[in-house]
Amino acid sequence: MIEERFALGSSLLHRTDPTVKIIGATVLAVIIAISQSMTAILIGLGIGIALALLARLSPRALWPRLMAVNLFCLFLWATLPLTGGGETMGHIWTLPISHKGVTLALYITIKTNAILLILTALLATSPVHHIGRGMQRLGISTKLTLLLLTSYRYLNLIHQEFNRLRRAADLRCFNPRTNIHTYRTYSYLVGMTFVRSWERSRRVHNAMLMRGFNGTFPVLDSTTFQRRDIYILTLLSCCALVLAAVSLLH
Amino acid sequence: MHISEGILSLPVLAGGGVIAATGVAVGLRKLDYEHIMTTALLSSAFFVASLVHVPIGPSAAHLILNGLVGLILGWAAVPAIAVALFLQALLFGFGGLTVLGVNTVIMAGPAVVVYLLFGSWIREGGRKQLLGGFLAGSLSVAMSGILVAIALIGTDEAFMKTAQLILLAHIPIMLIEGVVTMFTVSFLSRVQPEILAIQKS
Repeated sequence: MIEERFALGSSLLHRTDPTVKIIGATVLAVIIAISQSMTAILIGLGIGIALALLARLSPRALWPRLMAVNLFCLFLWATLPLTGGGETMGHIWTLPISHKGVTLALYITIKTNAILLILTALLATSPVHHIGRGMQRLGISTKLTLLLLTSYRYLNLIHQEFNRLRRAADLRCFNPRTNIHTYRTYSYLVGMTFVRSWERSRRVHNAMLMRGFNGTFPVLDSTTFQRRDIYILTLLSCCALVLAAVSLLH
Repeated sequence: MHISEGILSLPVLAGGGVIAATGVAVGLRKLDYEHIMTTALLSSAFFVASLVHVPIGPSAAHLILNGLVGLILGWAAVPAIAVALFLQALLFGFGGLTVLGVNTVIMAGPAVVVYLLFGSWIREGGRKQLLGGFLAGSLSVAMSGILVAIALIGTDEAFMKTAQLILLAHIPIMLIEGVVTMFTVSFLSRVQPEILAIQKS
């Protein structure tokens, strides 16, 4: 089961309009990603932590996400300081440690964590269909949001479809090893999943034509901007302005 | 095969964003409403394939299958892959928002290239189909690896050795992707050849 582990909740950020959150997340992520100032990205990390607290993200659900990106950072820490080139800042045994490599790894680690926290606190706290609707309201192409919403809608079904085939293979004593039989079996499982997806897509398409589908989903709820949306938008804009100012002063 | 947030420099991020946006626009223009559901569901299938781990020696690798998606969807693979990557960023925190463009180029660029190179081969059947499937699967992963390396080295030359390591790690995955894509194409051509002919209809 592919879950949206942060989408349900009652925090202020969960109740904020997705449009506001999409704008805020994009602007903050872009500024942090391109900033060259250590002060700015540290403030960015602070903003990330504050937003994560404000969204009351469950630490248990957040942990695997943080682990995944930091595992890659660890790989960078293992390679960049030794291979970064430039002037050396010291030695481990006889290996020269590159100053540039260490700086690069440090910047990346802070930026990655900061942006991950911000995106999780702002975007993952809305169900994907709300994000899709927000994107549509922001003027993203209807076809693209339609693709996003439909693809999201059938994600779990297709995953279950694959798992069912996988279980059937297990029941027939399929024992994955590094050999051609294993790869052929997986190919057929994947192939069958594609066939089922294709068949399902024909049925969905026909069913939607029957219901008069004309290329857009009618939006039923009529949420309007609330006062809290304006507060959050102001707050996020202030954060973005501070970050941009510190980055430019650098 | 994701580049995380906070690694790449502004020119690389912006370049990737512009190329990806152009690719998505072309893909969407070529995609009519008749095929939108198929594209969406194959986009979910592509997402699901990335959750499938196949054994490789003592370790395991997850499938990528961007070559297969390219062979089936042609240019529409670009929006399909972009959507799947966006969902991965939302649901798992893999990849991200500012790198979405670059990651789309890395995964979907090779998908379109192998479609242009081998798209006609896999519809012919026989040995050419098997060879086309293998080459599409392995070359798309190789090209993705090279694009990752270009994005990293374009950001900073200090990434040179890291990029080389990442490329090396792609070699076994290339073989597996080639074999899996080859078998899947031959399976599809026997079980549901219409899928391989979506582009023609």
